[in-house]
Amino acid sequence: MAGQSVSRSQPSRRKRVLASMARVNIDGKDYELEAGQNLLHACLSERLDLPYFCWHPAMGSVGSCRLCAIVEYADEGDQRGRLQMACTLAARPNMRISIQAPFAADFRKQVIEWLMENHPHDCPVCEEGGECHLQDMTVMTGHSMRRYAGAKRTWRNQYLGPFVGHEMNRCITCYRCVRFYRDYAGGEDLEAYGSRARMFFGRQDDGVLESEFAGNLVEVCPTGVFTDKPFSKVYTRKWDLQSAPSVCPHCAVGCNTFPAERYGVLKRVTNRYHGEVNGYFLCDRGRFGSHFVNHEKRVRHAGVRGADGVFEANGAEAALANVAARCAGALVGIGSPRASLEANFALKQLVGEENYCPGVADDEHETLRAALEIYRKGGFRVPSVTDVERADAVLILGEDITATAARVALAVRQAVRGVAFDMAREAGIPEWQDAGVRGHGQAAQSPLFVATATPTRIDELATATRRGAANDLAGAGFGIAHAIEPSFASGTQDDFTAAAAKALAAAERPLVITGCEARSPALLRAAANVVWALRKQNKKAALVIAASEANSYGVALLGGGLNLAAALLRMREGEPALVLENDLFRRVPAGDIDLAHAVVLDSLETPTAEGAAVVLPAATYAEQTGTFVNYETRAQRFYQVFEPAGEVAPSWRWLAEIGKRRERAADWPNIDALTAACANGTEGLRRLTTLAPEAGFRARANTRIPRQPQRYSGRTAMLANVSVHEPKAPVDAETPLAYSMEGENAGDQPGAVVPYVWSPGWNSNQSVFKFQQEVGGPLAGGDPGVRLLDDESGSPASYGEPPATEQRNGTFLAARVHDVFGSDELAGYSAPILERAPAPYCILNPDDARELGVADGGGVRIEELDASVQVRVDADVPAGLVAVAQGLPGGPLLTSHRVRLAADADFTPRSGGDPNVIAKG
Amino acid sequence: MAEPALIQVLSDEELREIEEECSHLPDRKSAAIDAMMIVQRHRGWVSDESLAAIARLLGMSLESLDSIATFYNLIYRKPVGRHVVMVCDSVSCYVMGADGLRKKVEEHLGIELGETTPDDRFTLLPIVCLGACDRAPTMMIGDELIGDVRSDQLAEIFGRFE
Repeated sequence: MAGQSVSRSQPSRRKRVLASMARVNIDGKDYELEAGQNLLHACLSERLDLPYFCWHPAMGSVGSCRLCAIVEYADEGDQRGRLQMACTLAARPNMRISIQAPFAADFRKQVIEWLMENHPHDCPVCEEGGECHLQDMTVMTGHSMRRYAGAKRTWRNQYLGPFVGHEMNRCITCYRCVRFYRDYAGGEDLEAYGSRARMFFGRQDDGVLESEFAGNLVEVCPTGVFTDKPFSKVYTRKWDLQSAPSVCPHCAVGCNTFPAERYGVLKRVTNRYHGEVNGYFLCDRGRFGSHFVNHEKRVRHAGVRGADGVFEANGAEAALANVAARCAGALVGIGSPRASLEANFALKQLVGEENYCPGVADDEHETLRAALEIYRKGGFRVPSVTDVERADAVLILGEDITATAARVALAVRQAVRGVAFDMAREAGIPEWQDAGVRGHGQAAQSPLFVATATPTRIDELATATRRGAANDLAGAGFGIAHAIEPSFASGTQDDFTAAAAKALAAAERPLVITGCEARSPALLRAAANVVWALRKQNKKAALVIAASEANSYGVALLGGGLNLAAALLRMREGEPALVLENDLFRRVPAGDIDLAHAVVLDSLETPTAEGAAVVLPAATYAEQTGTFVNYETRAQRFYQVFEPAGEVAPSWRWLAEIGKRRERAADWPNIDALTAACANGTEGLRRLTTLAPEAGFRARANTRIPRQPQRYSGRTAMLANVSVHEPKAPVDAETPLAYSMEGENAGDQPGAVVPYVWSPGWNSNQSVFKFQQEVGGPLAGGDPGVRLLDDESGSPASYGEPPATEQRNGTFLAARVHDVFGSDELAGYSAPILERAPAPYCILNPDDARELGVADGGGVRIEELDASVQVRVDADVPAGLVAVAQGLPGGPLLTSHRVRLAADADFTPRSGGDPNVIAKG
Repeated sequence: MAEPALIQVLSDEELREIEEECSHLPDRKSAAIDAMMIVQRHRGWVSDESLAAIARLLGMSLESLDSIATFYNLIYRKPVGRHVVMVCDSVSCYVMGADGLRKKVEEHLGIELGETTPDDRFTLLPIVCLGACDRAPTMMIGDELIGDVRSDQLAEIFGRFE
């Protein structure tokens, strides 16, 4: 069975292989624990129930809540022992401890009692209820009667923006929020105020939380202080949510998620632990971007444009007949980096390789091909997010990763702490002793060099920064490589390149991060040269090449014989085309697009869908099963969360139906057959067959894996407003999951098919440790996904000369800026994200702005694009360069490397988010 | 570095004293407490405006500075009277009748803990320990520590502070 061959990662995350073991007696039984590990971590790794609050697996120990008390005995004769906090005590050989001793158990109960003094009795109206770590710990410690009858301290709550709700009265002062937000994610606008029993956690005043990781507060907070605001508006208890293992569709990092549904509405997205990718945290685009699934502009029915120009919905059969008549002969197929690998493959099979185009602009396609070429040349293992955390020197070349691969940026924030961990080790402070490591390390940081067109959020951690257009940065990259390995082609030499070369060469695990946003293959080649130069010095150097869409690498791997310009030309010449989940207006100028004969398959009424001859309603990622390939070329399966309404079906199903009506018939009865066909029919994708368990896989006791928790309620009544007859539950013939509460989600199945985390006594997301091999390690059944390219061997030849620096010739060099909120297409249809999306803008140097006669906040006209945007003046942008934000709703599409600018005196600034859309959300 | 407009909130004298503190320290942020105490010495308390100016001056976030300000009960984030009266409520003073003393002080001044007299003369606050247990019960008015306080002395004691 495929499930048996799912790759199991080595438990190397915490260097456990090297760790020595310590035999520790816990409540009379011997355990082999990792020596030196804190006892709380070690006990949880043994799946023992030991209550805690302030400790967090990714953030270590501070010993502030006093809940994880245990008794430590001096020896066998010691009957009394002494109380210790498990999270601050290292496991040593021959230790004797007790979790159950009344001394410790009573103490823990008392701790809860005093924490509960100020905690309100509002569980029934609290969003955390039913998945609250505080509830779990209260029950676990046995504190069931409240003796305190006094007044409780109360607070005024703050407005924290569209993502996170605030209810301070529930706070138990564990400090997890500030430890995550400030210490782990580098946010500066959330703090702890006051002292003793009067602690307040929030901003200095009302306002939007600035960090792009703020949403993690919802999961980090052990109770209901920080809550998911969009979810609160359409609230459902955890036990009534149906969910499935999924993959975030909003960038190419491939964070694992649990989208959850009720009543056909996608209610929320939470983190789904993956030991090598996202770990415990998501970015806010991923967490709050998926409300596009519920958007009012969803395509629910097949539509054929009638003679009067209006779409008519006469059923799927009529639409398919129309498509078949239209598409009998030669046919262009335009794929999409936001559609599943399977849908793209199905399209490629249907139209033939020579007529299939991956659906990205040609300069992006060229850049992605350059990325794959570098990965294929190999010589290094593409680092996972966890590997990024372990780098000891980092060079970021030409990509604002906080915007395009935010989770990787969060990992870089951990990597720069490497030197602080080294200092702690030398001082004998354990890695997990968070306060100790931070106090000892103070401001010490590992080297980070950032070379980008515009300032980025991660600059604040940088040893040095450098600005320039893509070719200029590529030149600097070549210069760094040459400085490290003189046999490599030379490039720009300056203080920045000299310092970066020195720091990278001095490191053991140097890392280079670049990306496709600049659309510059030269930039990627420069980055590859740096890595290969370092490999020649026997460094374990590696390269991350970020991409902007969930399946950018998937479509790049599929190949295809047609580029977008050629495909669009054939469409303009009147050839019919199948356009798969792709809004072409985001990729090429409107004048290049002729949709008169286009059949568009999409989930949303995009401008492309609105212009099509026929529209077929495609399922979103939450309504189908498929595969995305992330920046590591890690193929990961996402599973259908719920059955969509209307005629909505996965794109590959529509394509199969069209295929049946054409000569190129292909028969894929289910997603497994299609994935297998894709694996066998495409070079480099063979490993796809080991991606995830096949439909026939069964969990323990030969059961399916339930998408619904055991307490799922209202099954017979929840659709009574539609029909009083209970509908038959959908049958899932495609996957081992079931639309049911029956079956077993015990956690020992392959990690790819864990639909939610929940364990007896552990109702909150903290239960994830019951699903891991060890705390912070791989999932019990192996971390999901399979890396398609994984060739560390070889010592590839370096690339030749750097590109010439572009000359301005009286124009401005144009750079693309990607915005973490708003630049992603699908997230742009999500109301809370839209509220954070800025109005279209460009960034200019103050001297250039003065010369143009435009002030900060004013408008400039970009002549070539026939568009005006708001100006942001920033002295940290080089003169002669204009950075134009891409992908924002209503923003211009940059199509050339050089533009002419003029002040626009009539410009009226537009607000970013549309308040009407938000009100509907 | 800092926005001039925001820093103008501080007087030249305050700026000079804060820079003097900074010059002794490796990191400007380390002067946070001293800077707030300097401003408080000049103005009696630390307003939101002063706080923002100090944060800019030291290159730290407003949140981070306010977190420090609110941790210390001797940094006043609300206006106080000319004299701050602090009555000790720690163990030794409690044993020696601090509760009764506090009530008498409240009656005498006509305000409760945390309040300021209408003439802005006194602000009354509790304090955990004044380090003079041998002279309990104690209280402090401004910089003056007063031990072995008896309630019949209150009129005389408060009369000394204008």
